Amino acid sequence: MGMRDRAMNSLLRSMVSEGASRIRLVNVFGQRYIATNLAGRVEIDIEGTPGNDLGAFMDGPTVTVHGNVQDGCGNTMNSGAIIVHGRAGDIAGLSMRGGSMLIRDDIGYRGAIHMKAYGDQTPLLVVGGTAQDFFGEYMAGGTAVLLGLTGKPHRARFIGTGMHGGVIYVRGEVQSYQLGKEVAVLQPDAEDLALIEEAVSAYAGCFSASAREILSARFVKLSPVSTRPYGTLYTY
Amino acid sequence: MKSYVLPELEVIRDQARCIRCRVCERQCAWKVHVYDGEDDVMRHCEENCVGCQRCAVFCPTKALAVRPYSGSYRPNANWTDDRIRDLIKQSEAGGVMLTGMGCDKPHRVYWDHLLLNASQVTNPSIDPLREPMELTTYLGAKPERVDLRDGELATELAPQVRIEIPILFSAISYGAISYQAQEALMRAASELGTLCNTGEGGWPASLRKYADNTVVQCASGRFGVDREYLNLAKIVEIKIGQGAKPGIGGHLPGEKVTEAISKTRMIPEGTDALSPAPHHDIYSIEDLAQLVCALKEATDYKKPISVKIAAVHNSAAIASGVVRAGADIIAIDGIRGGTGAAPKIIRDNVGIPIELALAAVDDRLRREGIRNRCSVIAAGGFRNSGDVTKALALGADAVYIGTPALMAMGCTLCQKCYTGICNWGICTQDPYLSKRINPDIAARRLVNLLRGWSLEIKEMLGGLGVNAVESLRGNRLHLRGIALQEWELEVLGVRGAGN
Repeated sequence: MGMRDRAMNSLLRSMVSEGASRIRLVNVFGQRYIATNLAGRVEIDIEGTPGNDLGAFMDGPTVTVHGNVQDGCGNTMNSGAIIVHGRAGDIAGLSMRGGSMLIRDDIGYRGAIHMKAYGDQTPLLVVGGTAQDFFGEYMAGGTAVLLGLTGKPHRARFIGTGMHGGVIYVRGEVQSYQLGKEVAVLQPDAEDLALIEEAVSAYAGCFSASAREILSARFVKLSPVSTRPYGTLYTY
Repeated sequence: MKSYVLPELEVIRDQARCIRCRVCERQCAWKVHVYDGEDDVMRHCEENCVGCQRCAVFCPTKALAVRPYSGSYRPNANWTDDRIRDLIKQSEAGGVMLTGMGCDKPHRVYWDHLLLNASQVTNPSIDPLREPMELTTYLGAKPERVDLRDGELATELAPQVRIEIPILFSAISYGAISYQAQEALMRAASELGTLCNTGEGGWPASLRKYADNTVVQCASGRFGVDREYLNLAKIVEIKIGQGAKPGIGGHLPGEKVTEAISKTRMIPEGTDALSPAPHHDIYSIEDLAQLVCALKEATDYKKPISVKIAAVHNSAAIASGVVRAGADIIAIDGIRGGTGAAPKIIRDNVGIPIELALAAVDDRLRREGIRNRCSVIAAGGFRNSGDVTKALALGADAVYIGTPALMAMGCTLCQKCYTGICNWGICTQDPYLSKRINPDIAARRLVNLLRGWSLEIKEMLGGLGVNAVESLRGNRLHLRGIALQEWELEVLGVRGAGN
């Protein structure tokens, strides 16, 4: 506490370049850009509340937060893992391209917005609770999962608006008025169920929950209607 | 539905000159020219013609002339021919009408109303042919004051990037243009000692050898923005908007997302590449400051961070905010800026000319005492070295050129870039067409253009009696206005010629 963003991140970068493999940050109180553009197999444990843009442009490290995170967590992340024992703010996983993010509780607006997949990189976002509006907006690839375990019903609207790739799995009920017009509601097939099981096991493993109990409820699959949702918008 | 639109162009062939070599047929991807084997004659269909002039230029006997259709609707100052055509086209197709390249409407071009000074008698000109002339420019935030200690610089400087001439290649994405065209731009930038902007389409791995001369863009789609992208570039630019389409997002149609584009942008093949309108992590000036900071952290505070905005009504206030948000460079793109695809109605009606925006921004930053905190790069419609020199006098540290660079490679402003069909091989992903750009030759043409402009700028500087571009920068006393109204002279901060 008391160390400003720049000094703290500079210290973090030099520790990583000197070969540190496990780093623990305590009394974190809103410092931003932690682990920004960090690469390599390093584990970072954070106690407290990191500020915005945690893990932005990150490529490899595993960041575990014992507390809540704020906006922009995992912004344009390329690989690695972010595990949050708490909730996240807005735009979690914005433009995420790979790696995984597991949030124990709820998240804010525009989670997984413009998430994309590339080659064999498929990002994964698992939210233990629910999300606010515009979840999965403009999604171009990757997997986003809402588990609804915090007891709050899914009230998000404009889910998947502009979606043209990737897939969203929702455990529990969503009404059609809550969905963007680019989204189709489907029943998960065997392949989907395997993906859901993988995601749920990862979540259950991190947060000591019962995978079997979570998987016993019904999931729906939200999929883009077209890879070219705006194909007829323009005239040539 | 039968189309009611009159053709826009006509093709005139001098049959006496035509030798039926069929070069025109091969060169035209729009299928305008067809050989009729039975009658041994070339035929053409006007409706397909876009006026790119490829056939006229390549015809070995100069038998072809492509020109505006000689028929016309009844003359009407309000309902001009092209307004009538646009209306009819839209009622036949529905949807948003697209176009390419910069605004072609007759809004006033202020460069044509500004005149430069020259030294006569009261102080001598400097001869650029025999005396050293400096065009070297440093982009980056400059300090408030400079302290020396023991003859050495004691003040810590913000990161600076040196360019040999005050002209950079504007942001044009790979995807909008072909790989060959992009390579030519980067190679030319490298040879000239200046920088080329990758645009928002990512940065092909094979072109990263030009890293020392590259500005990368972090736009709202975040295409290809990974560690290496940020680590290798000389400057990282946050793209908020561009002059051709202020306020709206971008959209590379799925049919232009080939395997190579998919790899560079890091998105699946065949899907639309959507750049949403706002960056969804920038909803306010404070959010912009946050992204600027995040990028500074990501680049270890070693590179200048630039912010590119479109020139709009309150550009001066926006610029002040951007500077205070920590940007080292601010790039402003005026209404004449080019594009690969934009809704026509937005390209022609949204935004303001760079001349006025530049003058307003430079003036406001000076009045607030923060002009030193950033370099200003002006963009949007520069046509020659005269425009560039006037921009420097109005306060620009450097200019971005896009359209002139593409024209040096062959572009004739047919405005069909959004179709992905380009007979000059520039804004296409079709391998048969893009092979027409030989990067060696195209790079040579670009270097020729800017070498010519540099010599001309030096001549104009020498004529003014200064030997360094720094002495002209922001020096509005070297400009006079002609045929301008009072308010225009006031916004530009120049006096009328004769005063």
